[in-house]
Amino acid sequence: VTLANVVAAAMFSGITLYALLAGADFGAGLWDLVAGNAERGAPARALIEASIGPVWEANHVWLIFVLVTLWTGFPTAFAPIMSTLYVPLTLAAIGIILRGAAFGFRKVSSGVETRRLYGAAFAASSVLTPFFLGTVVGGVVSGRVPAGTRTGNVIRSWLNPTSMLGGVMAVIVCAFLAAVYLAADADRTGKPELAEAFRRRALATGVPAGVIAAAGVAVLHADSPGLFHGLTHRGAPLIALSALAGATALVFIVRRRFASARYLAAVAVVAVLWGWATGQYPWMLEHELTIKAAAAPHATLVAGLVALGAGSLLLVPALLWLLVLVQRGALANEP
Amino acid sequence: VTGALGASQPDLFYAREQMALSLGSHIVIACLGMAFPFLVVLAERRGNRTGDAIYTTLARRWAKAMGVLFAVGAVSGTILSFEFGILWPRWMGRFGAVMGLPFAIEGFAFFLEAIFIGIYLYGWDRLAPRVHQAVGIGIGVAGVASAFFVVAANGWMNDPTGFRIVGGKVTDVKPWAALFNSALWPEATHMILAAFIVAGCLVATPHAWALLRGRGTRYHRAGLALALTVAMVAVPLQLVVGDWAARHVAAKQPTKLAAIEGVTHTERNAPLHVGGLYIGGEVKGALRIPDLLSLLAFDDPHATVQGLDAVPVSDRPPVNVVRTSFQLMVAIGFAMLGLGLWLLLAWRRRRALPRSRWFLRAAVLAGPAAVLALECGWIVTEVGRQPWIVYHVMRTSDAVSDASGLRYGYFLLISVYTALAVATFAVLRRLGRAPLPAEAAVDGTQP
Repeated sequence: VTLANVVAAAMFSGITLYALLAGADFGAGLWDLVAGNAERGAPARALIEASIGPVWEANHVWLIFVLVTLWTGFPTAFAPIMSTLYVPLTLAAIGIILRGAAFGFRKVSSGVETRRLYGAAFAASSVLTPFFLGTVVGGVVSGRVPAGTRTGNVIRSWLNPTSMLGGVMAVIVCAFLAAVYLAADADRTGKPELAEAFRRRALATGVPAGVIAAAGVAVLHADSPGLFHGLTHRGAPLIALSALAGATALVFIVRRRFASARYLAAVAVVAVLWGWATGQYPWMLEHELTIKAAAAPHATLVAGLVALGAGSLLLVPALLWLLVLVQRGALANEP
Repeated sequence: VTGALGASQPDLFYAREQMALSLGSHIVIACLGMAFPFLVVLAERRGNRTGDAIYTTLARRWAKAMGVLFAVGAVSGTILSFEFGILWPRWMGRFGAVMGLPFAIEGFAFFLEAIFIGIYLYGWDRLAPRVHQAVGIGIGVAGVASAFFVVAANGWMNDPTGFRIVGGKVTDVKPWAALFNSALWPEATHMILAAFIVAGCLVATPHAWALLRGRGTRYHRAGLALALTVAMVAVPLQLVVGDWAARHVAAKQPTKLAAIEGVTHTERNAPLHVGGLYIGGEVKGALRIPDLLSLLAFDDPHATVQGLDAVPVSDRPPVNVVRTSFQLMVAIGFAMLGLGLWLLLAWRRRRALPRSRWFLRAAVLAGPAAVLALECGWIVTEVGRQPWIVYHVMRTSDAVSDASGLRYGYFLLISVYTALAVATFAVLRRLGRAPLPAEAAVDGTQP
């Protein structure tokens, strides 16, 4: 185990948490979009607002954590990723602006028209942001980001089969996670009708997610042979675990056991992400730059890990406190 | 703001403008993120202690505005971390390992800020008042810490330390030495005090406006008095810290000082020029005070001040932009000192705000003026360092991305930020105009 690998694992843990937590917030935005007109969709929108209101700012910070870890720990990977993939990254960034601001604004607005406008911005950007972030991942894993100071193709790096697969998978998995979490929240807080509605949505996205993931194997075989080889060899056990957990989650959703389904859905996502990580190892930029070659000097890695350890001592208790308060329903009042 | 920059990348101009737009917007919101929580908790605490509903109402209404501004600040800050890589990949690729550490630490501070604000905003009446107030203080402390580490990275750009360049390669990296560069302390102190002035004045502005428009309730007087007092306490401190920051610039970045003061030729007994413009190598139309620049910068009226001509023309920043910004910032600082004295005198005499409508007019202007001074100060730091992104180490034109079409991202961002600014203003105005609860709407004597 090298220091560089430890820092890479920490960064990938950030990606995992961002997917699990902020991903579900993005998915909630999608469900907000299709919840129906102002009257009919009101209960679902209220549930979404109550579920993500207190936590989404914190969930969003995992992205910052990933970015700063990447540029401090692996600056020579950060630079070409950002410059080559600047088009989808800019669009994702704009989605992040619209989403965060519109959600904050909607909460304090009352007119139907204004709420609708902010709601639409919130929802549309909730779909666009994960899509474009997914295309970024596709560009990296398919080896389209060249190492060094030369910028890769700024269009084909994200307009390609693997990126499209990444984008679509990101959106549908976010929607699935959100539907499962929201069904569990509705069930826990005694709203059986809403739980039922989100159960249907969980099934309507969970099944296609599995189908697209299976079809995606063919896309990767043709377009990203390096990653395909990794996924079917070193990453295979984790991919299998993901498939198993996802299928079991669907069974639990069918049987209305939402609390268990929630954990299994999370396991499925974690397993597929770490399957990707192990499949791509030792590459930071597929076939271009290894983790070892991209790593910052020893002193920086040590300093970064010291900061990570000290920061976690403050962060972990605060995060746990937030989650406990949310679970206890203690964060339900607004000023 | 191009100055004497050579550009091999046709979109360099747009990249710089995009960075200026993003940072110039975020810096205002970040100031509110740092200092607004303290104002809210001050009002909350006063409400809890005295049982005066006015202050509780003030705290709750301010908290709503704070929540909106935090949402905007969280995203406008995120955009910056994208832009570091999108616009300046060569800078990040080359020096990320040297100056990334403060950002990594800042990430944790921001994390705590986001957690505490969730608990504070949604935990009203659910948490014990002391716990709730402590969480509110926590938002502010995390915000200030966040600014400290971000400024550490900026300080490093002004005083790059903690590495060596051998044969064109960056080696011997010492990230902690880079973090604790010498520019950090004056810059960070200056920035944090600025946050309290900007937030206090910006919060005071709408209350002063409401009072001018005849909505003369105790509520608005209380809001104006509390917010403006916090800002005015910070102003005299800021003048002292500003002097410290300027001396640091004089010692470490003589070319920046020369641009700030419009000094073309290295000279002893350098005079200070107040006002005027830098035309044809000299300051014209200014009030000239002999020896004062030497005295202020080096504590000695005979000291030598290095001129712009010590470096080639291609290494000089655009003088008028830097100099005018500096003059404006200082002028606003002294005007605010006057406003603070006015407030202090009235308070000592009558335990009340000054009665004059001119005081209210001045208080309305204080918010925009504080923002202007903030932007000017930031222009002095950033434009004054040009053409370097890392002082005397890397040029901005060598840091920019070579990707084509960067300008379209900038155009897109202009429209998004315009919409964001309009919407933020509209939402805040709506919050401010919402009817007061009955117990706070009653008119009364001045607090």
